[in-house]
Amino acid sequence: MRWSAYAAPAAFYPLARCWTPWFWRLALLLLAAGLYLSFFVAPTDYKQGEGYRIIFVHVPAAWMSMLIYLVMAGWSLIGLIFNTRLSAMMTQALAPTGAMFTFVALWTGAFWGKPMWGTWWEWDARITSELILLFLYLGYLALRNAIPEPRRADRASSLLVLVGVVNIPIIYFSVEWWHTLHQGSSIRLNAQTGMDETMLVTLLVMVLGFWTYSIAMALTRVQRIMLQRERTAHWVRSVIR
Amino acid sequence: MSDAAWCLIQRDLRIAWRRRGGVLLTLCFFVLIALLFPLGIGPEAKTLRLIGPGIIWVSALLASLLALPHLFAADYQDGSLEHLLLAPQPLVWLVLSKIVAHWLITGLPLVLVAPVLGLQYTLPDVGLWTLVAALLLGTPILSLFGAIGAALTLGLRSGGTLLALLVLPLYVPVLIFGAGAVEATASGLGGQAHLSLLGGLLILALLGTPFATAAALRLAAES
Repeated sequence: MRWSAYAAPAAFYPLARCWTPWFWRLALLLLAAGLYLSFFVAPTDYKQGEGYRIIFVHVPAAWMSMLIYLVMAGWSLIGLIFNTRLSAMMTQALAPTGAMFTFVALWTGAFWGKPMWGTWWEWDARITSELILLFLYLGYLALRNAIPEPRRADRASSLLVLVGVVNIPIIYFSVEWWHTLHQGSSIRLNAQTGMDETMLVTLLVMVLGFWTYSIAMALTRVQRIMLQRERTAHWVRSVIR
Repeated sequence: MSDAAWCLIQRDLRIAWRRRGGVLLTLCFFVLIALLFPLGIGPEAKTLRLIGPGIIWVSALLASLLALPHLFAADYQDGSLEHLLLAPQPLVWLVLSKIVAHWLITGLPLVLVAPVLGLQYTLPDVGLWTLVAALLLGTPILSLFGAIGAALTLGLRSGGTLLALLVLPLYVPVLIFGAGAVEATASGLGGQAHLSLLGGLLILALLGTPFATAAALRLAAES
């Protein structure tokens, strides 16, 4: 069986259904281990105290927020080139998770910034572009919801994601430059000398946990989307019975 | 090919001339937003000079956003858009002509009025020239990027507000470099670097966005 055979929802549905529980188990395991490590095992930071522990959520969330948009762009490109329905469904399934992680990254960043920097919000280049990324996600979701015909929604929103992904570097560098023009980097913590090994392991476990969570969530959501979109198809009737 | 483009531009300009009110509305909106800020912030010349470039640029962004739904809406409603799609000339070329006409109708007036606003914000003379240059380079980028959003939201019920959400994040670099150019000139640093970047963005947008807009128009016409 060639891999492209799974582009058909009828073929992908059983695969997704078989994988989803395993990814959920893995995600729960990794997140439980990661949270345990980050709260009880990782040592207290000598400079930032206990408050630094929020980075174990913040950093993976920020990574996932960017990665998921790239993955969405990849699926959009595949969808527009090969005209496969499943690609758009995967994009659709990933978007809410990506938007959620972007929001979590901003939210935890604010919670971390208050005790460390003394401010909830700083017009830093990375923070500002993360906020713009959130609006790119929201724009995608809003456009999808606004178009009633699923085929047009698929292709229009794929196009939007691609336009967004081309613009992300431009936006990032413009914001970065704007930031350096307006103010010096007064409150950056670049001086941190390396990371404790336990902290690094904890961070890695959390990152893997967020990865598996995203995959599990996307697979769960894509199953629902497939069933809903293909509700008139024969294979759905045999699945639901 | 260039004949078709020329015809299309002429036609759009003629239509715009016959409905002059619409063009004036965009212009009024632009001036009104720029007028509201001093009323809200206070008339101190020093503050106004500081925030002037940014406010004029934000006003230009919003005015351009307000004009965007008109780019394809009339053609979509009366069916001439489908004729454009069926025309033997490449759609990208026709789309570009429509955008050029749209910029001439809604973008160029903003550029011409902006120096007056600049004077109200007591910008220095060099700053005014940079403002005009930056707007000349920047407003076409707004029209080019906005066209993608206008084509994607064509015929949708919540078009207007959705368009803002889609397009404004893409406008960020133009705002930064445009307002930055004026600020840099006013503070004596020279705005050439900003203007060059704006020019680069304009070339990129000219090369890339008409393809995306054409693809989005095909989608809108299919459904």
